[in-house]
Amino acid sequence: MKITRGEVEHISELARLSFSEDELEVIANQLNDILGYIDKLNELDTAGIEPTTHAQELVNAFRMDEPQESLNVDDSLSNAPEREGGQFVVPRII
Amino acid sequence: MSANTEITDLTLWQLRELLLKKELSAKDVAKAYLERISLVDPKVKAYITVTEDLALKQAEEADNRILKGDVEPLTGIPIALKDVLCTKGVQTTCASKILENFVPPYDATVVKRLKGQGAVILGKLNMDEFAMGSSTENSAFFPTKNPWNLECIPGGSSGGSGAAVAARIACATLGSDTGGSIRQPASHCGVVGMKPTYGRVSRYGLVAFASSLDQIGPMTRDVRDCAILLNAIAGYDPKDSTSHPSPCPDYEKALSHTVSGLKIGIPKEYFGQGLGDEVEKAVTKAMALLKENGAELKEISLPHTEYAVATYYIIAPAEASSNLMRYDGVKYGLRAEGYKDLLEMYKMTRSQGFGPEVKRRIMLGTYSLSSGYYDAYYKKASQVRTVIRKDFIEAFKECDCILTPVAPTPAFKLGEKLDDPLQMYLSDIFTIPVNLAGLPAISVPCTLSNDGLPIGVQFVGPPFKDEVCIHVGGAFEAIRGPFAPWPEL
Repeated sequence: MKITRGEVEHISELARLSFSEDELEVIANQLNDILGYIDKLNELDTAGIEPTTHAQELVNAFRMDEPQESLNVDDSLSNAPEREGGQFVVPRII
Repeated sequence: MSANTEITDLTLWQLRELLLKKELSAKDVAKAYLERISLVDPKVKAYITVTEDLALKQAEEADNRILKGDVEPLTGIPIALKDVLCTKGVQTTCASKILENFVPPYDATVVKRLKGQGAVILGKLNMDEFAMGSSTENSAFFPTKNPWNLECIPGGSSGGSGAAVAARIACATLGSDTGGSIRQPASHCGVVGMKPTYGRVSRYGLVAFASSLDQIGPMTRDVRDCAILLNAIAGYDPKDSTSHPSPCPDYEKALSHTVSGLKIGIPKEYFGQGLGDEVEKAVTKAMALLKENGAELKEISLPHTEYAVATYYIIAPAEASSNLMRYDGVKYGLRAEGYKDLLEMYKMTRSQGFGPEVKRRIMLGTYSLSSGYYDAYYKKASQVRTVIRKDFIEAFKECDCILTPVAPTPAFKLGEKLDDPLQMYLSDIFTIPVNLAGLPAISVPCTLSNDGLPIGVQFVGPPFKDEVCIHVGGAFEAIRGPFAPWPEL
C-alpha cells in the first residue's frame, strides 16, 4: 500500500503533530519505505488465527476494592506547566 | 593502577563480599565511582544526570545498615538507571525534550526495590528518546560513545546503561527492552544483559513505549551479577496488572558451570541472509564450545522469523502512538508557548518536544490504527504475532533453550545508519522475535571482532524459565573463560 501526501497530512492531524512542507515530504517517503517492507506480512494467510495482544495468558487482574494511599493533590500537580489551586490550567475549550 | 580504579573494576558480587567483610565501606565505593564518573564520563557520555548527593547519602545509610548487620544483596552497591525509570525527586527525561524538566513524584517499583535493599543510586543514563532506537543517537541531548571504540555507537536504546557498565562508571545498571534494547547494547558493549519474561518484572514507573513488549532488566559485568540484580527486581507487583503472580526462584542458585546434557536449539532461520561474517564466526565458536562441554546442539526451525521485524514495526509504533498521546502539555512536561487555542497547544507542544524518530513512529502507529487500515495492519500483525509465538512454543518441545546471534554486526560507527530508519530497524532482527513472544533472553559476551569490538551471543528460554537463561548464560561464561580486559579509558 502506498501512503499519499494527503494521508500523511491527515495522520499528522490525528496524531496532533505538525510538520513543515519539507518534513512532510521526507516523512511520506520514509513511511512508504517502512510500509513497503511491512507489506511482506501479506505473504502469510492468517485467516482464522486469533490475534495476540499480549504474550501472556493472564486474563484479568483483580484486587480488592479497598482504599489505598495515593498521590496527594500537590504531588500530582507538581509537574503541571500551569496550575491554579488544585487544578491544571488549559486554554479555553468552550 | 590507583586504589580507586581497582574498586570500580570489581564485579557486584566481589564488591558485595568486600562490603560484607567491611574491607571497604559503601562510602569509599560511592566516592570511587563518582570520581571515575567525573574522569571518564566526559568521554563516554553515558549519564544524563549524576545524583552525587543522593549517592553519598545512600552510601552512608548503607554503611549504617552493614554496621547493624541488616544487609541485603545490594546494600552499598552503586547502580545507575536508564532514564526511562521514574525516580522520586530526580529528573526523568526519557532523553526527550518533552520530559526535560520532569521530576517524578514517585519511584518505579524496581527503583523502590533497589532502594529497599540499600543500593546506591549513581544517576540516570542516556538512551534513545523514549527507548526508540538502536544506537542511542536518538537522544535529544547527546549521543553516548562505545567504551571499546569512542567512534562507535554503544547500541540502543539502553546505550547509556551498556556503556556505563563497560566503562566501569556504574557497578551494574538497569535497562529496558522492547525489541532488543538491553541485549543489543549489552552485546555491543561486552557486558551481560537480560530481558526477563514479559510479566516477570513490574513495569510500574517505567515510562511506557509499547506496553505489551516492554520489560525492565539488568545489565552487568557477569552472569552472577545479573542473577543478583534479577533477584532484586523480579516478582509480582499489584501496581502492574501484567506482572505475574507466580513465585520467582532464587536466580543466583540457578548458576551452574555445566551444560552437560542440556539440549540447545539452533534455529536455522537465524543463520542466513543479513548475518555478518564476524558474528556468524562468533556464534559458531560458541556452539562448538558448548558442544565440546557436553551440550547437545539440535537444529530447530522458527519458520516465521522473517516476519518478526515487520510485525514489530506495526505493533510497537501502534502502542507507542497511543501511549505517547499523554504528552500534550497539560499535566506534565513541556508546554509550547504562543498557541492560540487548545488544539494548537497540543500540536506545537508535541512538534517541539518530540524528536524525528519518535514522530516517525507516532505517525506509523497512528496510520496503522486509523480507520480503514486497522485490519490490514494492526490486526494482521497481531495474528502473525500468534504464529511467531507458537513457533517458539513448538521449538521448546525439542530443546531446553535456544542459541542465536544478538545483532547482525558488531557496533557500527556513529552516524552510519542515522538517515536510513529501515536499515536501523533491521539491525534488531534477532532480538525482536523474543519480545513478540514474551520470552526471557540473555546476551553474554562471546568474543572480540577483528577491530576489537565485543560480540555477544543470545540464549532464549521458555516463558517464565528465566533461570534457564541464567544457567546456560553462566555456564557459557565459565566455559568461555575470562573475556578481554575492559577497555582503557
